[in-house]
Amino acid sequence: MSMPSCSVSYNSGDGASWNSGDGVSDQFPVGLRVLVVDDDPTCLMILEKMLRNCLYQVTKCNRAEIALSLLRERKNGFDIVLSDVHMPDMDGFKLLEHVGLEMDLPVIMMSADDSKQVVMKGVTHGACDYLIKPVRIEALRNIWQHVVRKRKDVWKDFEQSEIIEDGERKQKPLEDTDFSSSANEGSCRNSKRQKEEDEAEEDRDDTSTLKKPRVVWSVELHQQFVAAVNQLGIDKAVPKKILDLMNVPGLSRENVASHLQKYRLYLKRLSAVSPHHSGLNNSFVDSISSLNGLDLQALAATGQLPAQSIATLQAAAALGRTSTKSGISIPFVDQRNLFSFETPRLRFGEGPQPQTSNNNKQINLLHGIPTTMEPRQLAVLHQSQPRPQILMNAQATSHGSQSSSSLSQLSQPQSRPQILNDANGNHLSKGMGSGGFARNEEVEKNAGAAVYNRVSQPTSMVDFSIPQKADFLGNNFPLGNNSGVSSITSKGVLQQEVNSEMKGSRGFIPSYDIFNELHQQRSHDWEIGNVGPSFDASRRGNRQGNINVPPSILVQQQRFSSCQNDVMNRNTSVGNSPNLGQLRDTLLMNNPQIVKAENLPAASFQNTIFPEQFNQEDLMSALLEQQEGIGPVMNDFAFDGYSLDNLPI
Amino acid sequence: MEMWRQVFQYKESLFREGILDAQFTQLQQLQDESNPDFVAEVVSLFFEDSERLINDLTRALEQKCIDFKKVDAHVHQLKGSSSSVGAQKVKNACITFRNFCDEQNIEACFSCLQLVKQEYLLVKNKLETLLRMEQQILAAGGAIPMIE
Repeated sequence: MSMPSCSVSYNSGDGASWNSGDGVSDQFPVGLRVLVVDDDPTCLMILEKMLRNCLYQVTKCNRAEIALSLLRERKNGFDIVLSDVHMPDMDGFKLLEHVGLEMDLPVIMMSADDSKQVVMKGVTHGACDYLIKPVRIEALRNIWQHVVRKRKDVWKDFEQSEIIEDGERKQKPLEDTDFSSSANEGSCRNSKRQKEEDEAEEDRDDTSTLKKPRVVWSVELHQQFVAAVNQLGIDKAVPKKILDLMNVPGLSRENVASHLQKYRLYLKRLSAVSPHHSGLNNSFVDSISSLNGLDLQALAATGQLPAQSIATLQAAAALGRTSTKSGISIPFVDQRNLFSFETPRLRFGEGPQPQTSNNNKQINLLHGIPTTMEPRQLAVLHQSQPRPQILMNAQATSHGSQSSSSLSQLSQPQSRPQILNDANGNHLSKGMGSGGFARNEEVEKNAGAAVYNRVSQPTSMVDFSIPQKADFLGNNFPLGNNSGVSSITSKGVLQQEVNSEMKGSRGFIPSYDIFNELHQQRSHDWEIGNVGPSFDASRRGNRQGNINVPPSILVQQQRFSSCQNDVMNRNTSVGNSPNLGQLRDTLLMNNPQIVKAENLPAASFQNTIFPEQFNQEDLMSALLEQQEGIGPVMNDFAFDGYSLDNLPI
Repeated sequence: MEMWRQVFQYKESLFREGILDAQFTQLQQLQDESNPDFVAEVVSLFFEDSERLINDLTRALEQKCIDFKKVDAHVHQLKGSSSSVGAQKVKNACITFRNFCDEQNIEACFSCLQLVKQEYLLVKNKLETLLRMEQQILAAGGAIPMIE
């Protein structure tokens, strides 16, 4: 789109008072980074001046689309968004939903309209405040409270989700086993799988009876873990020995075992993924986050979705479960993780992190996604099902080839969840992230299909699920092929609107090809622009080979468990009925974040989605948890039948 | 100073008559050394925007088949911007206008449009005069009178 009409002004002082990592600087709220969106130039100018007088760092924008792309470009570049309700290019509420889903920033709506319905709409869509115009400067002085409040809530949600994940994690081993058996194609995988299954079973037995306190795999802890593993040799690294080497009080063998499982998957993924996925991470992660956000948002917005979606998801899960042991749940969970990683980054206003976090996110995604596309990938996924990738810093280096860019990204900011540092993870996740992200972007841009062209690439497997979701979200909703959740449609439109292209099964192609494509594309280019073109293209291509869109949702879930063929078979069982509800549910399933959202009351949607925002360590653990707990997550939604459980631990 | 008193009285009358409201004072209070022409800039933006909106409104109401939603959207925006600068009478005219839009009362809408135009031209005239006078005070080293 041409941006000439948008007047964007940036303060020269860039978040001077916002320190990265610690959340709140002493000067807070000075330097609060505000993005104000209003198509009325008079109001925009006045607001900008008022905000500047409050010593905030203001960026103004007169078009919602431009605002969105700004937000996406500078993922952690803003703390709060002020938006008018009535805008010509995009409804303010739509922007609100997008922001809530993708970036989880507090959004304040403004309008000269003070009618109860409109204010109510703002509330239900998740606005954290509603200002009546003309806005007085006094009203603006206090907007920082929403930033603080959101962070606080995020933390709380994070902890809550962790607990949930923990409990759910217990069930994963079973799923993993199923999954691997169906998806595993390589012989080496089989052996590995066997080993992992054994371990999983071991873990299961040990932990199933009691709920253990959650272990947060902090960066340091993970590094210790990796050091121990390297010392022992990856083949000889058994939990007991690792535990002994690490010598961390309070850490149990089971904790190490499950972490090891993830790590192994991560390693496998690194080796399986092709190198050109590096660029995908960022976008992918973003997209996934956004996807999740969308779903949740939609759900939250509608208020009824959760119930409906849950039911649908459950059904879908059940279907998916039987046919595909894929780790749909993984993507779901991963998404959550991704998101959490992303958010914290944003929250702390860390500019440099974006890549890293993206990578991280991607990795997580990968972890979560059990495999989707190629057997090889599947194997990798299988093996690495668990979120092992999470802390792959060390691994990342070794797999640097995969995504050199991502590696560097990962390795740098230690602050960000280390988990995602893995290069491999990056590219896996990248593909995913980018895929997902690309999707969103693509949709908006309808650009090429860089991201999605990959489709045929086996490496992207993991990403598949996530990007799918992105597409899914975008596509599903507007597609309307699903008779299902109507509410979703209204909500989910966010994606839809943007991704006009996504419509139509594109997004869904269950086959991991899409992932691959996305992934591939992404790795090359993080930028939205790049993704765009490939995305569309690949999607289309994928589509052909795969299941129809309607089933795509299911397929997505399926994806993980098997290669496309499998998926297709599996999906069949699910049914081709384009069902938005199903799709949604699928997305939800895949999207851990969504899961979370569902668990949480819609009202708190905004807050709950990304609880991990502010704490890297927590994020990591959350990621880990999520991955492990993908199965359980699903359970929360009553998707028991869902293949999420299959997600490797 | 004599000029100051004149400006004060002029300004006070504008407020008294409801042509301007407290929001205008807010605007003026926002102005500072870093942005000495802030009010003038905002006001001219308002003029541009309003004229555009009024033209759009006129065109919209001249259609054979009036799109009331569109008309309402325009009026809503005009209401927003006029309230932001403190052009109270324009804002009030917009509120009335919107009510008639809801009712889809064509005749009344036409009347409202005329009223809006009228009020707009009035406030435009007044503001231009006021700002010019205030500029003179500032140039003379004085301070602008503020009406609370």
